[in-house]
Amino acid sequence: MAAPIDAVGAKSSSTNILIRRIISYTVLTIFAFLALFPFFLLIIQMTRSSVEINQGFKPIPGGSFWENFKTVMNNNNWRMLKALRNSLIVSGLTAFLSTYFSALTAYAIHVYDFKLRKFLFTFILMIMMVPAQVSALGFVRLVTDMGLTNSYIPLVIPSIAAPATFFFMKQYMESSLPLDIVEAARIDGSGEFRTFNSLILPILKPAIAVQAIFTFVSSWNNFFIPALILDDPDKKTLPIVIQIIRSQDLASLDLGAVYVAIGISIVPVAVVYLILSKFIIRGIALGAVKG
Amino acid sequence: MAQLKKILAGTFAVVMTAAVFAGCGGSDSSSKGAAASGGSTDTSTADGGDNKGGSSAALKEKKADRITQTAEGSADSKKKLRICTWNEEFKNRLRAYYDQYDKEKSGMTGETDKDGNFIVGEKEYLKDGTEIEWLTTPNKDNAYQNKLDTDLAAQAGSDMKIDMFLIEADYALKYVNGPYVMPVKEVGLTDDDLKDQYQYTKDIVTDSNGDLEAVSWQATPGLFAYRRDIAKDVLGTDEPDKVQEAISDWTKFNEVAAKMKEKGYFMLSGYDDSYRTFSNNVSKAWVDSDYNVQIDDNIWKWVDQTKEYTDKGYNNKTGLWSEEWGKDQSKEGKVFGFFYSTWGINFTLAGNAKSNDLFYVCPGPQAYYWGGTWMCAADGTDNVETVKDIMKKLTCDAANMKKLTQETQDYTNNQTAMKELSNGFKSEFLGGQNHIAMFVDAAPKIDASNAGPYDQGCNEEFQTAFHDYFSGKVDKDTATANFYKAIKVKYPNLKTPS
Amino acid sequence: MRRKSISYAKWGYIFVIPFFAVFIVFNLIPLISTFKNSFYENYLINGYQQVGPTWVGLSNYSELFSENVTLGKYFGNTFIIWLLGFIPQIFFSLLFASWFTDLRMKLKTGAYKIIFYLPNVIMAAAMGMLFFTLFSQSGPINSIYKSITGSTEPIYFFEGVWTQRGIIALINFLMWFGNTTIMLMAAINGIDPSLYESAQIDGANPTQTFWKITIPLIKPILLYVLITSLIGGLQMFDVPQIVANGGSAVDSTSMTVVVYLNKHLFSKNYGMAGALSVILFVVAAALSLLIFFLTTDRDKTKKKKKGGRK
Repeated sequence: MAAPIDAVGAKSSSTNILIRRIISYTVLTIFAFLALFPFFLLIIQMTRSSVEINQGFKPIPGGSFWENFKTVMNNNNWRMLKALRNSLIVSGLTAFLSTYFSALTAYAIHVYDFKLRKFLFTFILMIMMVPAQVSALGFVRLVTDMGLTNSYIPLVIPSIAAPATFFFMKQYMESSLPLDIVEAARIDGSGEFRTFNSLILPILKPAIAVQAIFTFVSSWNNFFIPALILDDPDKKTLPIVIQIIRSQDLASLDLGAVYVAIGISIVPVAVVYLILSKFIIRGIALGAVKG
Repeated sequence: MAQLKKILAGTFAVVMTAAVFAGCGGSDSSSKGAAASGGSTDTSTADGGDNKGGSSAALKEKKADRITQTAEGSADSKKKLRICTWNEEFKNRLRAYYDQYDKEKSGMTGETDKDGNFIVGEKEYLKDGTEIEWLTTPNKDNAYQNKLDTDLAAQAGSDMKIDMFLIEADYALKYVNGPYVMPVKEVGLTDDDLKDQYQYTKDIVTDSNGDLEAVSWQATPGLFAYRRDIAKDVLGTDEPDKVQEAISDWTKFNEVAAKMKEKGYFMLSGYDDSYRTFSNNVSKAWVDSDYNVQIDDNIWKWVDQTKEYTDKGYNNKTGLWSEEWGKDQSKEGKVFGFFYSTWGINFTLAGNAKSNDLFYVCPGPQAYYWGGTWMCAADGTDNVETVKDIMKKLTCDAANMKKLTQETQDYTNNQTAMKELSNGFKSEFLGGQNHIAMFVDAAPKIDASNAGPYDQGCNEEFQTAFHDYFSGKVDKDTATANFYKAIKVKYPNLKTPS
Repeated sequence: MRRKSISYAKWGYIFVIPFFAVFIVFNLIPLISTFKNSFYENYLINGYQQVGPTWVGLSNYSELFSENVTLGKYFGNTFIIWLLGFIPQIFFSLLFASWFTDLRMKLKTGAYKIIFYLPNVIMAAAMGMLFFTLFSQSGPINSIYKSITGSTEPIYFFEGVWTQRGIIALINFLMWFGNTTIMLMAAINGIDPSLYESAQIDGANPTQTFWKITIPLIKPILLYVLITSLIGGLQMFDVPQIVANGGSAVDSTSMTVVVYLNKHLFSKNYGMAGALSVILFVVAAALSLLIFFLTTDRDKTKKKKKGGRK
């Protein structure tokens, strides 16, 4: 009785799969267009002059891209190139510190059995729920008292304690990091720190890649805290500079320049993302998770 | 939660009373009285005079004591002229019209970018070798004032001194009566130097002791710019005198609005278009001497007029500075006219209109002003001579200011120079019309005696709150309550009717 | 447990030191000072006249709960706008993640995965600006609407309660569905493929495999997505700030809690900002703990795992 059912099942499932594939591709393509739409809007706006933009949207590119680009690059207050460099430094360091130390902390909680383990885990969960703005007020006062305004330390170092990244790593380990691996390494005589760096980190690659992108992007686009800490024009990051361009008096606001500045700020993130996205897929494909 | 609410509400009355007292500590209301504005013969001044004393008297906060400078400027600070500003306007004026600006060393070729800003090198200098350091913070969300407040609070103990900062009409009094400004007299300008400036530009920046604290190179009287083709179509003429006659008071203005509607045009573009003509002609200030927020009858007139215009379709329901508003100023627009002051006509309107045959200007139903930038000497400046020289050359030098108006069409704060210039002036954008002559007539009528330190927030929040009333989302009472709520958040020390 | 394993415990402590040291300095101390501020009257007038700090007990809180402040409305706005975005977000992300990882469908998914995440790289503020243009009176949506219906009157998207909330939710959805998809994919890919193989051999259809294998096994990540999205939703700021004119537009129906908090921060009203922060904290913690306990209580496999821990 099993044989005929199998045969029918196989036949219907192959037509089934074809229909499902068509539906999937259609839906996916619609959403791809939806996701690309803001970029389309942005690119059109980048090529139009401020006056044209003010006359209402038209889906036809204008001829003002170079003018807008030159305005953005030549303005002394804005220092676009420096802002790009600054943002790269801050976001790169943030992504690195945040993923590395979150993985380390999650590993400690996941693997070792120590008295405060459960307490610390619950504690981190608690603090994950604290919205960032809640402590912003005290944070800026503290940084001022420490004399760290216009320094990148208060922007980069706090990312070592990233509860959300920690929680993701912890969850990932729970589903994908068998404790036997650690045990095996110990039998091979590997030190605990070395085990983490050379054995565990590679296993965590997919999770690290995902979190590195998220952290990088959120740091790259972070305006709230950096705006309160940086006021040296040579140290400002991209979102602050874009805000400066955007916040000119309405009478002299150059919308074309604003859109070009936004465009410039997107390119590096897109590149970083494209590089890391391949890495994620490869990481998963290698089956590192399964060991 | 309800229980908690009850308990909290119980303690509320007691604690809040204490808080309110604490909030008002130090509010010594020494009323300067309605400012005596020199050439003003406008009726609204008379109204202001009637309101002297009593609870509706304008708030004139007492000039705060200046702070003793505890640190001296370093050698580096003395070699740098540090100026706080929020945009490029003053920078361009200084670069082009201050004769001590070292164009060569600063890398200024006279070329401008497409926004009209001069292209200069990374560092800018004066001819004596002093470096100019611009401390630029955008205006949006109060960022400029926040930054300025922080920097000025640190000034006395800092060895890097700020030498100068710029302020706008809507919050000028906050700094004028604050502790961080060096009076103009102390900087070294004499009454004789200042005699040609418009009185209202001095009234706004005079502190409670009667001392002038800031100076401006511009005066900003407003006009009504109207579409010539629409005027011909509806009124049968586009001659400024005749159009002015048709709209010389608000009753006539409303009649014309109805005619516009009949022919398929809008009288105004949006909700806020006429706001400044009402709000800068109030008979009582936003905040009285007891820190009560009050809404002037003239503001209510704006509300009623705008509601009527919106309901009857006399306006296009746009917001000020929005894309639609800009579009309405072009040939494709169907809007009869726009209230604009000096800086707006040749800058924004000309940019949006893209044609020199489209607009004429006339004085409109009521004299008013809109905007304006003043420069203050920061107390503790270690470049006071330079500051004095800049102030003098940019705000008192008739020849220089005349040149500025000729080249930039910005209307400058010098009565003699402007009168001379108005002889036979022709504006290219306005089809050869002499609008400078109109400004010359309008400027002395401006009354700014009811300006106060809280105007910016009050104007912004009032307009925002009443947009909902105009669009029909809420009734008048809710809009008023929303306005008071927003004001309490912005200015915790002010009292609002509950 | 064997005594021997104790020798490793110290490594647990050593590895968590950097995290907690940084946390105490940069998070805990500021948090405490924020809490402290909430009991004081403390603000600046005119940028130089300092009022307070004066101890006022709970008066900041009573002010926030008084009739003058419609705090409940702001929390309601925040939650509604979040939900409007989150429901489609979790639905489509799950759908796409399951399609992407379904080996039988053999979809070429590389480009889609990359494209879906892309909106997230644009700053929220910039997305707000772009969509403001898109839906404005003279924007492309209204042009299309007018040409289809022949109407001369545009739709005033930013003057309607639900159109305005809908646009904010749409932006949130568009920015985050790719992110969630990637996260769920990583989780599904972490599932042992042999489970799917044996399910296939047993004749399970894709729907069954999805509900019986995928969902239970990615539950931790789903929980993570829910909590982080909820916290993110509570922090919603940039988009309503731009789209809803600082939150005040349309009778403040899109005013979120953090937009309101920022108004107090801008006024340098540390007392009120502190009190509001504390309330936000309590609400966030309560919501997250509720979700956490509701979804993990029945998870018995956890105990088994703990037994195996060294």
